[in-house]
Amino acid sequence: MVKNIIDWIDERIPMTATYNRHVGQYATPTNFNFWYFFGSLAMLVLVNQLLTGIWLTMNYVPTAEGAFASIEYIMRDVEYGWLLRYMHSTGASAFFVVIYLHMFRGIIYGSYQKPRELLWLFGMLIFLVLMAEAFMGYLLPWGQMSYWGAQVIISLFGAIPFIGDDLTLWIRGDFVVSGATLNRFFALHVIALPLVLVVLVFLHLIALHEVGSNNPDGIEIKKNKDENGWPKDGIPFHPYYTVKDIMGVAGFLIVFCYVLFFMPEGGGYFLEGPNFEAANPMKTPEHIAPVWYFTPFYAILRAIPDKLIGVIGMGLAIAVLFVLPWLDRCSVKSVRYRSMTHKLNIGQFAVSFIVLGYLGAVPTTEILTYVARFFTVTYFGFFLLLWIYSKNEKTKPVPERLTH
Amino acid sequence: MCFNYDLVLIFGYNEPRLKFIFLLTDLSQILRNLNKTRIPTLSGDKWMSNAPVDTGRRRFLTAATAVVGGAGAAAVAVPFIKSWNPSAKAKAAGAPVEVNISKVEPGQLIRVEWRGKPVWVVRRTKEILDGLPAIDAQLRDPDSVEPQQPAYAQNTGRSIKAEYFIAVGLCTHLGCSPTYLPDTFGEQVEGVASGFFCPCHGSKFDMAGRVFQGVPAPLNLVIPPHQYIDDGTVIIGVDKGAA
Repeated sequence: MVKNIIDWIDERIPMTATYNRHVGQYATPTNFNFWYFFGSLAMLVLVNQLLTGIWLTMNYVPTAEGAFASIEYIMRDVEYGWLLRYMHSTGASAFFVVIYLHMFRGIIYGSYQKPRELLWLFGMLIFLVLMAEAFMGYLLPWGQMSYWGAQVIISLFGAIPFIGDDLTLWIRGDFVVSGATLNRFFALHVIALPLVLVVLVFLHLIALHEVGSNNPDGIEIKKNKDENGWPKDGIPFHPYYTVKDIMGVAGFLIVFCYVLFFMPEGGGYFLEGPNFEAANPMKTPEHIAPVWYFTPFYAILRAIPDKLIGVIGMGLAIAVLFVLPWLDRCSVKSVRYRSMTHKLNIGQFAVSFIVLGYLGAVPTTEILTYVARFFTVTYFGFFLLLWIYSKNEKTKPVPERLTH
Repeated sequence: MCFNYDLVLIFGYNEPRLKFIFLLTDLSQILRNLNKTRIPTLSGDKWMSNAPVDTGRRRFLTAATAVVGGAGAAAVAVPFIKSWNPSAKAKAAGAPVEVNISKVEPGQLIRVEWRGKPVWVVRRTKEILDGLPAIDAQLRDPDSVEPQQPAYAQNTGRSIKAEYFIAVGLCTHLGCSPTYLPDTFGEQVEGVASGFFCPCHGSKFDMAGRVFQGVPAPLNLVIPPHQYIDDGTVIIGVDKGAA
């Protein structure tokens, strides 16, 4: 009976074939470690954001007059509204935690290298859209930090010569951030960008399954196939990695729920103090800082004492990641078999990113500005050095088959 | 095309009603052949379209379709893009505001809203005014060369009346509203008692809204068009002599 139904469907749409191609018989390297949790966790968080987001729109009022009050209404009067909202706000931070770790995984194991350049590019586009999505979402509660954060980020476009002022006016739809801005950000946040995001995630997965997954050894398992054409170092995604990913999900949910129930404001980093005060266009809060996931880039902006160059520097910090596959000229992928120089370079890059993230979150002083400048240089230094030494890098011999 | 063939068998080839049906099916076949779908016809095992392919004509048709289609898409984009501009309502909200300044104490700052932006009115003391020229060397644009103020405010104090400093309270870096530090500005710039400090990115302005060097803000604070109606009342948003 079930088989008849499946056959009936398969004659009309390639259901079984698609399942086999992407899940049932998708050959996955045998040696995935914990770094490989974060891709599936990103999907989980995306689903969380979509679901809770849809439910939040049912009570949210996207107007300058009603937005702040409607958030308080959701928090106090709507049944389980507080949970849905905290799931969404904590989910936003979790999204970036997971994505940053996912990207770092790609960097250490060379998952951006040929033939996975396009996979990396789709991933970077997802990152970019995610940042836009998070930024626009943060305006919606219409608190002080929402308002002035949006004012600052939109003003970034004003640094562009000639068209800057008209462009910021066009983005805001008013002479200052106002209800017009709020309404359009709402539309983009709940419809336009999620659609783009979902399409990009789809393309990211299709690209992944076309070239196959990389692994901690950075060896192409497709090069070693048995007589049936199945990679000798491969196992089907289901049940092996579905089970493993479920374990990752369980671990993730423990941490996620702890934050969700015991510290939903994330110590002022997930939901910032000034945002519990309604937007006041007359007064900027004493200390404004973006949410933690933007602070590394914000620190770079703040470190450069020139408006246009600062904006360019910040944009470049993100743009340079796009061309990473072409900056790395080494043919060995995984950090396991690459030079000490490369290991140290990745290490200093991680440190730079974290220090910049810290600096972007605290008020600036003269000394900290110099520290931020130093780490801005080392951040970009990672890419420059990589390009220089990767051409003739002294690597270790890469094994034929996977190690564990 | 068994459907047509059956009809022929039933009605005979010269049935007039069938002519119209044949015409439609022929058209549909031509359209399908454009997509290179090969459909056998009544004429046996020959393919319908066996004429030599005129690639030049095809290229012309493709290009022409793309150009017309592109122009159409561009035209459709106009309303979507234009709808993001400030609405008539937003533009109309920029009416001038009248401010009573007679009760402002020396050293005090009051905020009024004009076009949704904070506008400051600061009553400056004589010491502050006397101190302005002394810090010229530390400023980016001490003589207000950049057009950040109406011509009638291009002077040492950047104001009509030296005592009252009126400016748009938004940093020229990224639009935060700087904090007025009447007594503690010395922590930011040594030897200067009062000024404005932007909490966002640390830009500093003196008591005439002039920007200091070495900060992200590129320009002095904007002086809005304004004029005095009488000694105690100023109107913001209208140029001197315009009303």
